[in-house]
Amino acid sequence: MRHVKWIQLTAVAAALSMAVAGCGGAKSDAGSSDAPAAGSKGTVKLAINPWVGYEANAAVLGHLLESKLGYTVDKKNLKEEIAWQGFETGEVDAIVENWGHDDLKKTYITDKKVAVDLGPTGNKGVIGWYVPQWMVEKYPDITDGANLNKYANLFKTSESGDKGQFLAGDPSFVTNDVALVANLKLNYKVVYSGSEAAIIKAAQQATAQKKPLLFYFYEPQWLFAKEKYARVKLPAYTAGCDADPKKVACDYPDYILDKIVSKKFADANSPAFQLIKNFKWTNEDQNLVSDYITNQGMTAEAAGEKWVNEHEATWKPWIPATS
Amino acid sequence: MSTAVTDVTVPAEAVDPAPDPAAPGPRRKLPGRRTLILLLVLATAAVYLVVRTSAPADDDNPWAFRFFSGVRDWVDANRDTSPLFLYGFNYLRLGVSLLVDTVHGALYGLGWAGLVAAAGALAAVVAGWRIALLAVAGFLSFGVLGLWEESVDTLVLTLSAVLLAVLIGVPLGVLAARVPAVGAVLRPVLDVMQIMPTFAYLAPMTLLFLIGSPAATIATLIYAIPPAIRITALGITEVPKSTVEAATALGSTRWQLLGKVRLPLARPTIVLAVNQAIMMALSMVVITALIDAPGLGQTIVQALERVNVGAAFDAGLAIVVLAVVLDRITTHAAHRAAPTTHRSVRLRLAGPVVAVVAVVAATVLGRMSSWGAEFPAAWRASFAVGVNEATRWVEFHWYDATEALKNVVSAGLLDPIETVLTTTPWWLFLVVVLIFGALSSGPRAAVIAGLAVAGLVGLGLWQHAMQTLATVLVATVATMAFGIVFGVLGARHDRFALVMRPVLDAAQTMPSFVYLLPAVALFGASRFTAIVAAVIYAVPPVVRLVERGVRDVPATVVEAAVSSGSTPRQLLWKVQLPMARRGLLLAANQGIVMVLAMVVVGGLVGAGALGYDVVAGFAQREDFGKGLAAGFAIVLLGVLLDRLTQGAGRRADDNRLRRPAT
Repeated sequence: MRHVKWIQLTAVAAALSMAVAGCGGAKSDAGSSDAPAAGSKGTVKLAINPWVGYEANAAVLGHLLESKLGYTVDKKNLKEEIAWQGFETGEVDAIVENWGHDDLKKTYITDKKVAVDLGPTGNKGVIGWYVPQWMVEKYPDITDGANLNKYANLFKTSESGDKGQFLAGDPSFVTNDVALVANLKLNYKVVYSGSEAAIIKAAQQATAQKKPLLFYFYEPQWLFAKEKYARVKLPAYTAGCDADPKKVACDYPDYILDKIVSKKFADANSPAFQLIKNFKWTNEDQNLVSDYITNQGMTAEAAGEKWVNEHEATWKPWIPATS
Repeated sequence: MSTAVTDVTVPAEAVDPAPDPAAPGPRRKLPGRRTLILLLVLATAAVYLVVRTSAPADDDNPWAFRFFSGVRDWVDANRDTSPLFLYGFNYLRLGVSLLVDTVHGALYGLGWAGLVAAAGALAAVVAGWRIALLAVAGFLSFGVLGLWEESVDTLVLTLSAVLLAVLIGVPLGVLAARVPAVGAVLRPVLDVMQIMPTFAYLAPMTLLFLIGSPAATIATLIYAIPPAIRITALGITEVPKSTVEAATALGSTRWQLLGKVRLPLARPTIVLAVNQAIMMALSMVVITALIDAPGLGQTIVQALERVNVGAAFDAGLAIVVLAVVLDRITTHAAHRAAPTTHRSVRLRLAGPVVAVVAVVAATVLGRMSSWGAEFPAAWRASFAVGVNEATRWVEFHWYDATEALKNVVSAGLLDPIETVLTTTPWWLFLVVVLIFGALSSGPRAAVIAGLAVAGLVGLGLWQHAMQTLATVLVATVATMAFGIVFGVLGARHDRFALVMRPVLDAAQTMPSFVYLLPAVALFGASRFTAIVAAVIYAVPPVVRLVERGVRDVPATVVEAAVSSGSTPRQLLWKVQLPMARRGLLLAANQGIVMVLAMVVVGGLVGAGALGYDVVAGFAQREDFGKGLAAGFAIVLLGVLLDRLTQGAGRRADDNRLRRPAT
């Protein structure tokens, strides 16, 4: 770590003096050193988006890159939006679990051509409206969206006035909740929890205290390993029913989660690129690693290593033949 | 961090003469004033009942959002071609990154033993041996908590930002004090820098300076530099006129005056400026973690993701310890920096020499021996398990009571205020601000406050601004209530003040992210949770200002009251509190600024409105313009409330007492 820093320092100093001497100005990638540290094949800059499922993907890939392919992995903790910006500036090589984000794909893949879609991770993402399991046992027909108005009173809180409360999630997630409430004529008010942690805490408390809660949630999610939550069925998704964000009246589609890498990283076609391209596993695999990280208190690194040691058959085909 | 603002104002307090006994004068001269106000209030209520609206939703995409998004797209497109970047921002980034890497190399080069010794030695030289013990114990505790590297990374970022803040802030502060025009221009700029939520400019930071340490350092710098400039300016203006005149009479040139008279005399205040810059910088640790700044903030953000309050607590504690150590070193250094201490040269040199020798010895020993490579694992301790157990218990057993409290306050106080504010048409609100502002703070302040209101309308965020204003008002009232109770208790009982001090320090420097989750568990995702977080953060400076205000009531006045037979209760209500009125107003003003700083945090726990807009702007590309606009709306709310309260305080003091434009 210390060595890397000093290398960077000289690189920055060099870039600074060269740029001053040449009077050409400093480009945005000046100062970032691509010179690999001694004994390493190169550095892979992995973005780490802030949810545990993502960390599980990154932990396993990171461990394979370092221990099997001999790379140095530089993990950068970033929100999704900022991570995509990193493709353009060369600060990020790969995002290893992307949820949709068609707008970002348009900007960075289609328009700017600085990123490439590397195909699915194998994980299926589910977004939907959920209630705690105890409510299903007490009100069996609550999982049908058509009955939500009947139960609106249960969900009243200090924030929702005389309507039921629907608790929405982190603003970086994909949401149609306001449109859904309006278009399905639900007697509910959308309250923004504002962060993922707040919604998880609210869900935990709803289970522990047996308090009603209708909320935005998603799978794969580590909380499901501990507690049960049931999805409320809204009118089924059909292709194109969410085309106009203001007129959405159907449930969320299933998301095929995918991997995105920078164009530069893809063009180099290195073994690291091959590995990320080949990477594909199941929701169960990811939940297992997430469970190590959250419920068993392991660091992401330790969790990745443990999974790799125990699942050689799964990851063996990912390793590129040339390495 | 808010000690920051507290202390910014405190020296001003000290310069001003004792509270003007004639202060309440103007009120008595206008016997009709009370009736007039009553009539105006009735008229406002009547007009409101006639013209109130149904709180229509704001426009989806007003020009302000589109404008800010347009700026962003331009930056995105021109980052590698525009000369502004090729010769401007990109060099800035390279320079800052050079600085950060140098500080990083220096601190890591010392090794852990060397760094602990260095902290102790520095403290011993500038602040005395007691503080040195505190510094050594504090730095050791980072390793004990198992957070050595994270703490040092945080220290690297803090020191880099503070170094820049001092290098830029002190000259600017001197300039602001000496050239009135500069001071006048700088003041609103500093206001914006201080109130603008960091979240609002974090995404632009990464656009301009890319991801990582340089962007984080510059974001921290923006937040930390205003107090450095303000306090320096204050220190320079405070230099007694007579001294300057004497020096001028002796034939000093202007530069000699500055270098030999003004700067040395202002030295204690400038050290205070450094202190405040450090405290502000430390409050940014968690937020900059969101753009990959290394350090304790990362630990806290990750712990939040895993809903592990205990782990976040350990890291939060390390930040508190770092803040307390740095605060005590600099405040004691400020006391000692007074240029009157004369010691023999030999004595003055002995300390530093011994200190350097100790640091070198510790560094060399640490580097040579095996235990010096990494902090010994055997010394580790953690509060995580205990804290997790305790929060789980509290969350489970207190829920019914806390839920009831939230419901009562929300329905009885928050909802009515919010309804009135959101259903008032903006033009009526503007008229009310102008009329009552002019009555309470004078026409000038009223016009500025009115402009702020007009700005809110122009940004297209009226409804959200009014919702946020309701939450801010309730939080401020609660803050003042707690602040006055604890402040008065502290002023009257020394022992209570002694016990309270570390609690206040912790409440102020513990990152709110650490206690947000338990608060959500107890109060749900709601506006009330946001209020709780704001009150915890804002109460400490209010307590300090109230305590100081009450203690500053001249002893002779108190004695006179006691000897004429006042009971302790009468003494408080009739003498101490009225005479501390200015301190209380200042405290209220300060409380509002602190509460506003927490609006965005409220957006993360269900308070919605402007706070959520800012958070969403950081998270979603298409909301960028809205987020930045919401940031400015928070600034405008700050200006509005500041003019109305600060103005009220100044008016009473009468215009003779012009404060320097700090």
